[in-house]
Amino acid sequence: MLFRYLFILIILLPIKSFALIEVDITRGNLSPLPIAVSPLSVDEKSKENFKKILKSEDIGLDISIVVENNLKQSGLFNPLNKNAFLQKPDIAHLKPRFEDWALIKAQALITGKVTFVDEKLRVEFRLWDVLAAKEMMAIAFTTVPTNWRRVGHIITDKVYERLTGEKGYFDTRIIYVAEEGKKTNRIKKLAIMDQDGFNTKYLTLGNELVLTPRFNPTNQMVTYLSYFRNLPRVYLLDIETGIQEVVGDFPGMTFAPRFSPDGKKIIMSFAMDGNSEIYTMDLESRVVEKITNHPSIDTSPSYSPNGKYICFNSDRSGYQQIYVMKNNGRNVKRISFGKGIYGTPVWSPRGDLIAFTKMHKGKFYIGVMRIDGSGERLLTENYYQEAPSWSPNGRVLIFYRETKTDEKGEGFSAKLWSIDLTGYNERMVETETDASDPSWSSLLSN
Amino acid sequence: MIRNIAISSTFHLLIILVGTMSLPFLLKKPIDLPPIISIELIQITDKTNIPFAPKAKKIIEKVKKKEKLVSEQAPPKIVKKEKPEAVPLPDEKIEKVEKLEDKKQNPEKIDNEVKQVSEFEKEELFDPDSIAALIDKSKEEFAETNKKINKITQDQDRSIDMTGLSLSEEDALKAQIFGCWSIPLGLPYNENLLVRIKLQLKPDGSVISSEILDHARMNKPGQGFYKVLAESALRAIKLCQPLRVPTTGYERWKDLQLNFDAREMLEG
Repeated sequence: MLFRYLFILIILLPIKSFALIEVDITRGNLSPLPIAVSPLSVDEKSKENFKKILKSEDIGLDISIVVENNLKQSGLFNPLNKNAFLQKPDIAHLKPRFEDWALIKAQALITGKVTFVDEKLRVEFRLWDVLAAKEMMAIAFTTVPTNWRRVGHIITDKVYERLTGEKGYFDTRIIYVAEEGKKTNRIKKLAIMDQDGFNTKYLTLGNELVLTPRFNPTNQMVTYLSYFRNLPRVYLLDIETGIQEVVGDFPGMTFAPRFSPDGKKIIMSFAMDGNSEIYTMDLESRVVEKITNHPSIDTSPSYSPNGKYICFNSDRSGYQQIYVMKNNGRNVKRISFGKGIYGTPVWSPRGDLIAFTKMHKGKFYIGVMRIDGSGERLLTENYYQEAPSWSPNGRVLIFYRETKTDEKGEGFSAKLWSIDLTGYNERMVETETDASDPSWSSLLSN
Repeated sequence: MIRNIAISSTFHLLIILVGTMSLPFLLKKPIDLPPIISIELIQITDKTNIPFAPKAKKIIEKVKKKEKLVSEQAPPKIVKKEKPEAVPLPDEKIEKVEKLEDKKQNPEKIDNEVKQVSEFEKEELFDPDSIAALIDKSKEEFAETNKKINKITQDQDRSIDMTGLSLSEEDALKAQIFGCWSIPLGLPYNENLLVRIKLQLKPDGSVISSEILDHARMNKPGQGFYKVLAESALRAIKLCQPLRVPTTGYERWKDLQLNFDAREMLEG
């Protein structure tokens, strides 16, 4: 008996004396990370050259402002006021005095240098961890000087990826329908712009009504609905050459087009005799395939990122709801069961969520649900809003919202808005004119 | 024979010359492609991680010294030296508290609940530092007398020290780090998001060294998110320094392990 006690004591004693105290940290804050974006330093000679070409007084400051605005828009970063910076850009770029940056509560710091080399713009930038006093990343870019805004976007993407662990979405474009004029006589043009609202270009003249433009995966082609000669048809437009063509030879109305993830097919709806079905067309062989076969209205198809499944909306249950099926039209399964009407489902590029528009009791909601229909979350509510489109990293949604501009409700304004998955970071995206039907491109610098 | 070789070699040379001179002209003109942004990665070398200049080193050392003085968790010895002069003996103090209660209390009959509330209110009237010192002192005295009474040996005393943090001590530390840890929102929540960091601490709660226990995972392919998460945890520790550790029992918490788990936050 005594031996037993002694044995237990011998085993237990060392464990107790060397036991390491463990504390579990399961919570943190989700407040934006304080980051300092120092203006990129430019030597005098380069400054003169950029002034001649770009008519910019300080290109280093301009690029840093692009980065700063992008980071702020993401809602995950809090760029600190430049007036509080203690160190000059040229010295900060070589070796920052981390104490100076810690003093203004910065946790990360971006510094950089812009030079004019062989008629090109060369940008070197570094990301520093202020608290650990070490360099996290150093990258250089060379490009034509007119591309300076894209350089700002690429820098933001790299910083975003390094600090959040997921790809950025800043070096991207948005295609949308630019709208002008009265509601009864609205002129609608296809327009393309950078994700921050700059560099807008119009792709059509506005002679015909255009709707629902969508990028292909390489961002070179756009498919959209056009009422050319009052015949609503799906068209294909090459952005570089400007060449347009009708997709398929359908005897009725085709609408709601979208590319497959590999860009080889277009999936769309075809309506005839009060029935609407989903079809695909192979862009190489031009072979058309009927995917759904049901007497109800099946529309708004969207592929899953791996191309194996399709989500769409249908009124086969009596009300418009969201359904998921295999890419050959089999195994149709209803996934939305909440109150109200569901429409415009779009599969997330991550593959885990489906975004949708929901109409309930006269209000419009933009929301997300898991691919099996569980975990429905309504992110934003308004008088009229619809058509969500995912950012390439699957974190942000862009959609359009119509608002009444006077008390009588006669005038109205349509604008693009973005919201992130938390539902807190909702922002209006600046456009030159009224805008609707936005579609986000994939990353341009991939 | 030699003549034939000479003719053959000149003929071959001629063919090579004609080939190199004329063939490039036959090539098609290159397609005019839009400008491509070339990305050149700069290696993070000694060049970029230049050691601190001697002046800067001195400044940093000065700042570090200052930080030590400012730290919330001053070493207990200093408290001992300062407080006894200002703080009266425990018995006297208790009397004072009672007197104040008498003055403030409503002479009419008061319910027990109301009484409790008023007692809390009154505590705020006193100098909290003096009370803290008072409690500390009474604790020390109590411990000493206990030791004497119970005749606790040194070994037994050490074994008491070796137990973990009390719930309130752990909560204080957790609450401090919760405020400092900015969780990177882009992490995949279906992955293992646990970062274990072993710390070596000074008595004032400042960190001597920190070590990521699963360090090998940081450089594994497909685990880029783990590096982001580990760095955020290290930033939180640095931002929180000095940590809110107990004022006593340094031996038991001088080595501490913090398990940062982001799953709960990202899933919720």
